[in-house]
Amino acid sequence: MIREFGSEDILFLLLATRWTILLTLASALIGGTIALVVAVLRIVPLRPANWLAIGYINLVQGTPVLGQLFIFFFGFSVFGWSVGAWTAAVTAFSIYASAYLAEIWRGGLQSVPKTQWESSAALGLTYLQRLRYIIVPQAVRINIPPTVGFIVQLIKNTSLASVIGFVELSRAGQMLNNATFAPMSIYLTVAAIYFVICYSLSNVSQRLERRIHVAR
Amino acid sequence: MNYDFRFSSLLAYRDELVEGVLLTLQLSAATIVIGLVIGVVVAAMRTGAPGPFKAIATVYVETIRNTPLLVQLFIIFFGLPSLGLRFTANEAALLGLSVNLGAYSAEIIRAGIESVRKSQIEAGHALGMNGYQVFRYVILFQALKSIYPALTSQFILLMLMSSIVSTIGANELFHQASFIDSRTFRSFEVYSAITLIYLCLTLVFRSVFLGIYWSVFVRRPAR
Amino acid sequence: MSLVNLEAVHKRFGEFEVLSNINLSVSEGEIVAIIGRSGSGKSTLLRCINGLEPVQQGRITVDGTEVTAANADLNNLRQRVGMVFQSYNLFPHLSVERNVTLALKVVRKTPYAEARDIAHEVITKVGLADKFGAYPDELSGGQQQRVAIARSLAMGPKVMLFDEITSALDPELVGEVLRVLEALAADGMTMLLVTHEMKFAKTVGNRTVFMHEGRIHEEGDSRETLEHPRTPELTGFLDAVLH
Repeated sequence: MIREFGSEDILFLLLATRWTILLTLASALIGGTIALVVAVLRIVPLRPANWLAIGYINLVQGTPVLGQLFIFFFGFSVFGWSVGAWTAAVTAFSIYASAYLAEIWRGGLQSVPKTQWESSAALGLTYLQRLRYIIVPQAVRINIPPTVGFIVQLIKNTSLASVIGFVELSRAGQMLNNATFAPMSIYLTVAAIYFVICYSLSNVSQRLERRIHVAR
Repeated sequence: MNYDFRFSSLLAYRDELVEGVLLTLQLSAATIVIGLVIGVVVAAMRTGAPGPFKAIATVYVETIRNTPLLVQLFIIFFGLPSLGLRFTANEAALLGLSVNLGAYSAEIIRAGIESVRKSQIEAGHALGMNGYQVFRYVILFQALKSIYPALTSQFILLMLMSSIVSTIGANELFHQASFIDSRTFRSFEVYSAITLIYLCLTLVFRSVFLGIYWSVFVRRPAR
Repeated sequence: MSLVNLEAVHKRFGEFEVLSNINLSVSEGEIVAIIGRSGSGKSTLLRCINGLEPVQQGRITVDGTEVTAANADLNNLRQRVGMVFQSYNLFPHLSVERNVTLALKVVRKTPYAEARDIAHEVITKVGLADKFGAYPDELSGGQQQRVAIARSLAMGPKVMLFDEITSALDPELVGEVLRVLEALAADGMTMLLVTHEMKFAKTVGNRTVFMHEGRIHEEGDSRETLEHPRTPELTGFLDAVLH
């Protein structure tokens, strides 16, 4: 039976938005942790570590998210683990986020002038102490705006989880479309919800960026 | 782990894979051309045009950049027909990807124009050049050089994102994957192989773009 | 017994030999001015002494530690060798106090109260007691450079290396930094300075080393060397910087 697109449907979409946000947060947290390690491996003065990190980043950035999503969706069962769409999606998006965040953070770490490494070395700080007390604190400021900017990309990309059947905002839109057949109103509403979230975050990112530039 | 990997069963579908690669290349190339045209026009509107044009350009860029490509495709392919605008899946894919790339490249181009230092423009004017000459001989090359890396990364990203149009049934590489999958039931192998093919495409794109960069923008010592 | 000793040191960047057969010995309490044109290798020489730059050949020992040994504990050595840079290189995210106490706390594990006392002492010594809580970007270049000196002093170094520390300063700020160096000299600090301040080299330095094309071209008592250069290269160099 086909019914009208009404206010309870908007509520349905808003509730599904929770899963978009949760998926984004989980992937950003897990991916961020991996990214920290990869970014450090990328800059330590140790060639094999650099190559490993470069290879990882290029592998992930050189392949489509959709492919990564399917690989994890089907890949877990290859190893005999049956996992749901949530686990596959979180895994895929964490990996995806880790490579992009690692590359962003590497840029931040390397934008701290070399003289800061030298002057802290001249005081007798070990490599890790230099990183922790001198380089990372300065890089964090620089890194916040592009990191927020990437979170926007991540939110938009989580829409692809709908393809493996995970019910987040886009999937909820498709389900409603099957029931009401009002594609224009539904997908415009879906787009509007994404827009509100992403646009606010983009604005935060831009404002932070401007503030950091002024402070410098 | 006792899964029996059978990548060999994919070999029977070589032709489909090659066709998929060609389709993706065509789609990407067409999108880059159209998207770039949109990008240049919109960037010009955002930097130099009067108020209303500027506002339209800004709304376009912000809307596209803050919503998922998937939803943009759904609106074009499933939504627009209710307003009487019907597209085939392939047309919708080209339209969606171009509109998407247009917004991103507009931002990159705008940043490039703004990155050319004011003193360079003043130096041009001081030599008696007019506005067009300053643009043509002073701004253009410097701006192109500064946006080239970001723009070409965006093209590679576009090529990877074009896989998304398989969700509306447009013909390209990723679509071939679901076809082969439905024949072989070797999902993991199929999607791994397809993903690796994309990786190769990325590497090819990157080398080509780098080669162009070196031959156009890197000054070689005069002999 | 010399505090800093370089024997037959060679350093190359690729094909280019930046330092060529350097032999130099600095005793405790000595003040050595290193002068020369840019590119003559004088800054590189200084940076080799605390191991910021590796050398390909030769031996460098500082305070009994062999810097050039493969297993040298450079972080330990650097606590005994202070270094001040041309561009101050203060840590922009830390206050003056924390710039000075950081290495004490992190490297030497000095308790907080004690580190603070030491910081107070050295910051007062460079005349900036009222800037204890300020951040680097609130200070003038001269003040930043004095904090950088205090930051090194806090570690109680045996020898201090100064790499053109007044070159980036506006002329009117040079004096306040040189006065700090004079006070250190009066305290008997061992110092190696790469400098363009010939007057300072002459009055405060015991010895002057003139570097030319990666070699020590001429060296000797500062006054003697600077007033009566023996080689045409040094004569030419002094003519160029004094006029």
